[in-house]
Amino acid sequence: MEDAMKNLSVEDEPTASPSEPRKQKKKKVLLMGKSGSGKSSMRSIIFSNYVAKETRRLGATIDVDLSHVKFLGNLTLNLWDCGGQDAFMENYLAQQRQHVFSNVGVLIYVFDIESRDFDRDLLTYRSIIGALQQFSPTASIYILVHKMDLVVPNQREEIYNDRVSLIRGKSDTFNPIPFATSIWDQSLYKAWAEIIHDLVPNLDQIEKHLGSLGKIIQAEEVLLFERSSFLVVSSWTSAIGAQNPTTDRFERLSNIIKNFKQGTSKFTGTPKSAEQFVILEIKLKVFSMFVIKFTTNTYLAVVLPPGEERFNSALENCKIALKEFEDLDSPAKKGSDRGATSSET
Amino acid sequence: MPLLYTGRRRTKLDRKYNGPARQGPVRHISPAQLNLERVYEQNRLNSQKKDVAKVPEPAPGPAAKGKPRLLLMGQRRSGKSSISSVVFHKMPPNETLFLESTARIQKDSMHSFMDFQVWDFPGQVDFLDPSFDLDAIFGEIGALIWVIDAQDEYLEAINRLNSTILNLQPSYPNINIEVFIHKVDGLSDDYKLDIQRDIMQRIQDELSDHGIENAPINYHLTSIYNHSIFEAFSKVIQELIPHLPTLEALLNDLCRSCRFQKAYLFDVLSKIYIATDSSPVDMPSYEICSDYIDVIVDVSEIYGWARPSEYIAQLEGEPWNKKLEDQVACKDAESAIVLTDMKRPIMLREVNKYLALVAIMREGSFEKMPLVTMNVETVVAGLTEVFEITKQRK
Repeated sequence: MEDAMKNLSVEDEPTASPSEPRKQKKKKVLLMGKSGSGKSSMRSIIFSNYVAKETRRLGATIDVDLSHVKFLGNLTLNLWDCGGQDAFMENYLAQQRQHVFSNVGVLIYVFDIESRDFDRDLLTYRSIIGALQQFSPTASIYILVHKMDLVVPNQREEIYNDRVSLIRGKSDTFNPIPFATSIWDQSLYKAWAEIIHDLVPNLDQIEKHLGSLGKIIQAEEVLLFERSSFLVVSSWTSAIGAQNPTTDRFERLSNIIKNFKQGTSKFTGTPKSAEQFVILEIKLKVFSMFVIKFTTNTYLAVVLPPGEERFNSALENCKIALKEFEDLDSPAKKGSDRGATSSET
Repeated sequence: MPLLYTGRRRTKLDRKYNGPARQGPVRHISPAQLNLERVYEQNRLNSQKKDVAKVPEPAPGPAAKGKPRLLLMGQRRSGKSSISSVVFHKMPPNETLFLESTARIQKDSMHSFMDFQVWDFPGQVDFLDPSFDLDAIFGEIGALIWVIDAQDEYLEAINRLNSTILNLQPSYPNINIEVFIHKVDGLSDDYKLDIQRDIMQRIQDELSDHGIENAPINYHLTSIYNHSIFEAFSKVIQELIPHLPTLEALLNDLCRSCRFQKAYLFDVLSKIYIATDSSPVDMPSYEICSDYIDVIVDVSEIYGWARPSEYIAQLEGEPWNKKLEDQVACKDAESAIVLTDMKRPIMLREVNKYLALVAIMREGSFEKMPLVTMNVETVVAGLTEVFEITKQRK
């Protein structure tokens, strides 16, 4: 039986067609918002493996904090964390206007839900939108209404909807995608996973391959995690897996494993950003699951029905399929020229 | 006093016990005795069924109706409720700031491998007041945990602890007294030890002034912000387990045969370890094991939903043609993780509803996993047997 399973492979998939050459300049991801709204905190949690309470140590961001975040092979996020104090804001909008707002791929704008002067926040947002309209009219915008944990639970929905409709009114021709977030739960992972999802090139290919892999190994669910941030980049869910009542499971998994990585790094004495484990097997009564180190920049999680043979053959098959995914992850190695910049959505 | 000399965990079933027969209002039951009495009672009832005419004598001592009980006491605002919330209710430590002060005795039953009761005792209640039924409070107690706030003036707390011990010693000499020197996070190591030494000295002096030597007192440095509180509870609970040496011997054998670095038997719910092998306990390995349990519990919460029956039927049909239970190698949960570069794999195996065996393996032993699994299987069978013997049957 296992041999039969192994003979099936994902090779019958057509390989990715080369797209436009990647000579263009890397697009920026701008992270903006009022001072103290939590921009640097969320950046540290997502990309630098901080836990929520460690963000208390962070000081104010002075001017622009530039960082290149390596993500999925040769996709580098050119992340601009812009200090939010008024003096800096004026500076961005005046002297550095072109420098900051040209060639922007994505603008992530953070609103503090606790802000006492929401009208002023809107005004700043309006002028940012103006500048963006002028230099990068094709950029996509994400609105994070942050610190939701500070609002009484039964009022959250109402206040959030209220804020979002006001923000939409000020967004000109852009169509911002709003999220309610908090660093204290998984909502932050959900928002960022969706943002990242839109940034990854040749995602269609990856998703297609994941689907065929999932079908072959008879999985309930297959998830592809980015290595350093442990965000779900891509996923495939079978008809059965889709009946799972836990709808926020991807974010929760990210959260669980990220928290565990804190512990393992303390135990092994390695930096948090390093690879913390190579394989995790869980065999329980109703399901079995494994998470393996997959390509250079990803981890693969597979949820299967119980059964020893099924589990082992699936594990072997995933190792075979690895070759196919390696190319999709880092096409530069092959010399092909797939778009590696943050693409417009 | 002869009673004191007997020390703790010596019961009248123990030959060394030379105190007066414990009957009448004073009811001390050590857990070992409790279990022996249960077994005795069982046997008695069984033989009663077989032979109605010949009825053996009832078990010596009072009937074992209660569960072994842990009592949390201390001055108010010393952190008793925080401790019980963090350890038994999985409350995040930083949320304990919002706990109200406890106004009445909070009884908490912990449904675990042994049935524990944790009584959270309000700090302001003077239980030595004659209106309190001392016997009702201390009658079946296994251990008295006295919490002292290390970041506060502790002289008053020590005085109360001393008077409590002096009051309890004559009537309940077998109660383990565990002093938690609490809130030591943020204190330097030297300072912590100074405080511990100071507190120990003061208690010892006071007790020996009253002619009590070698009182059964243990000291623990604890904080809810790290794993030290779990560690301390583990030690407290281990004192109450009658078959601890057997469990330890089993784990030792396992560690030797599988070349494990460290093996723990965990209570999954509270993440207290109830037994470990005899190599010294180091904090990092305990922490990693307890975090690992968290991961598995959390993941199973996400994916452990009940699958529809048609789906199960399909899985059991072609091409497997086997019941799902027969397709798996192990009926209970098992899991393994390999940390960086094949170094130090960690394995977990469910023992029963409440307990899990977690072991840190040596480098490169993941390839021998099948062998390890087999050994673990045998040990788990042994552990189950040990618990089966001491379990109360209906």
